[in-house]
Amino acid sequence: MFERIKAIIVKEFIQVLRDPRMRLTIFVTPVIQILVFGYAANTDVRDIPVAVYDMDNTLQSRRLIRAFTFSDYFHARYFISNDREQNDLIDRGRVSAVLRFDRGFGRDLEGNRTAQFQIILDATDSNTAGITLSYANQIVARYNADALKERAAIYLKKAAAYPSVDMRDRSWFNANLESKNYYIPGVICLVITVMTLILTSMAVVREKEIGTMEQLIVSPLRPIELILGKLAPFAVIALVEVLMITVVGTWWFSVPMHGSVLLLLACTMIYLLTILGVGLFISTLSSTQQEAMMSTFLFFFPANLLSGFMYPIANMPAAIQYLTYLNPLRYYLVILRGIFLKGVGMAVLWPQVAALLLYGLVVITLSSLKFRRTLG
Amino acid sequence: MEVRDLEKKFGAFTAVNRVSFHVRRGEIFGFLGPNGAGKSTTIRVLCGILPPTSGSGTVDGFDIRREQRRIKQHIGYMSQKFSLYDDLTVEENIDFYSGIYRIPEAEKNGREEEIIRTAGIQEFRTRLTRHLSGGWKQRLALGCAIIHRPRIIFLDEPTSGVDPITRASFWDTIKRMAAGGVTVFVTTHYMDEAENCDRMALIYRGSIIAMGTPSEMKTEFMRDDVLEIQAPGAEEWAGRIRRLEGIKETALFGSGIHAVAADAATAEPAIRRLFDAAGEAGYSVKKIVPSLEDVFVSLIEAYDAEKGEDRRGA
Repeated sequence: MFERIKAIIVKEFIQVLRDPRMRLTIFVTPVIQILVFGYAANTDVRDIPVAVYDMDNTLQSRRLIRAFTFSDYFHARYFISNDREQNDLIDRGRVSAVLRFDRGFGRDLEGNRTAQFQIILDATDSNTAGITLSYANQIVARYNADALKERAAIYLKKAAAYPSVDMRDRSWFNANLESKNYYIPGVICLVITVMTLILTSMAVVREKEIGTMEQLIVSPLRPIELILGKLAPFAVIALVEVLMITVVGTWWFSVPMHGSVLLLLACTMIYLLTILGVGLFISTLSSTQQEAMMSTFLFFFPANLLSGFMYPIANMPAAIQYLTYLNPLRYYLVILRGIFLKGVGMAVLWPQVAALLLYGLVVITLSSLKFRRTLG
Repeated sequence: MEVRDLEKKFGAFTAVNRVSFHVRRGEIFGFLGPNGAGKSTTIRVLCGILPPTSGSGTVDGFDIRREQRRIKQHIGYMSQKFSLYDDLTVEENIDFYSGIYRIPEAEKNGREEEIIRTAGIQEFRTRLTRHLSGGWKQRLALGCAIIHRPRIIFLDEPTSGVDPITRASFWDTIKRMAAGGVTVFVTTHYMDEAENCDRMALIYRGSIIAMGTPSEMKTEFMRDDVLEIQAPGAEEWAGRIRRLEGIKETALFGSGIHAVAADAATAEPAIRRLFDAAGEAGYSVKKIVPSLEDVFVSLIEAYDAEKGEDRRGA
């Protein structure tokens, strides 16, 4: 039994590592992914480009504008004086927001009335627009509080004392709220899932295409030996990729790794049971490599979108949230972020690990049985 | 090897229709027939790739339904695809198959050398298999298929896509193996290769329509006579001869015509009269021993004709 499995493992490694395209896929794809999610795919909102359209041009309007531009969030790129410019800048995407003060803003404040100004947002990206708005609200709230304090001091001829609340925030696990810390552990899931699915389904389907599968069927090789010999090399490659991404993520991108690397590898192996099983299942359904590729993406795209990698599961409609319990990626992502950012262990992660183990055993057993049947 | 009433259906289509035959140890048994006749399906059932729909059989004494694993220990199989890994070198391919067949460590190197020497690919041992030409690939594939010294070897169209010289030397190898006691079961649609077989079966539309040694095939199954006619413009003459009384079939054969007649004694003068009447002097007509191809064409024609009448009768 062992010699036969060994022969297949050796052959699979030679084939995968000899093919330059495969080498590129295995070793360069993870690096590109991590660079993209470390540098480019940044959901942090900072230095929002704004245009200032100040028709009031008073002490009061300039004071509020300064409150905006002195924060880290807004950057005044343009000072404009007519509607045409305003529309043009927004249309061209030069600015994401316009701060617009009509004449009378200062006069209203001086007259102890509520003064209005307008913020115009480019809400093409609703998410960023929402975040921009919340920053603007914070700035206006602080302006009002300061104004109240000053006015009270003037009336009372001394510093006013009145009850107030001061909120101090501490963001656990990601103190500076950097999106890379959230995404890079997720990249591990993304990369090993795609890679393992493709390698597994391709490796079997390729043998069907070139006719060597038939040659193996007439040999005394048992289906279980073939399955183990085929899957073991891809599990090893996946574990190597997990280590690669962990090293690059922690050293280059300073993503915290608070948990145990051993636990990470152990959980990965449990997760791989499911993915290897799905890959094997796809290989039984496909007779050409194109078919296998199509089926892989048919599984992967919805699974990825509903995993919580990009879009929080909590924001999904309730019915879809229940559906995500069927998604193995969901559990693995919780484990990854738990180990990297929170440093938690089995005491916290056991429900996810148990779900993946159950899932994995069921999927790999069913696909092995199906694979056996298709071998005839 | 013994097969009784073996049947294989794919849905409503009967690929192999209750065939029975036996093959003796050390015999080269040819399974002949046109493409789609059921040759490969039969071989796949015997090798355990496909389960039979009904019927029974034994290979090397083991039951094809219940003892597939034991059969697999003792058979070699080579298909027309020459199932090698293109992206492995010659040596890596051999190493892989010796691992699959669990060749003992002590014998591995010896067998590897033997395969490489027999295939004549000493200088290509570290070359990727994809860079070998068809003939080398075929010899390497055969070497890998018999690495475990099987007692029975199944060859499915082993010479398709290979040049005539390689084909000839391939058959020499096959004959040597059979002389050493290996049973060879080979399918081909090249009728000229059938002469190399000790015995053969002709399969057509899933049924065996004739079986015997090459000489039995030519004498017992060919009740008609074959006349070979040489004449300029053979193509045109073939049509005219076909319309003569007593001629059953004509076929172009090389530069001449083979005409099948119920009785050469009456057909030959009739053909001569046809040429003489047309004033054609440069012709020859003689009765010949039929080639296997003549036999097969005639058998298949007869089979089709009979089935046609059945259909009309029904």
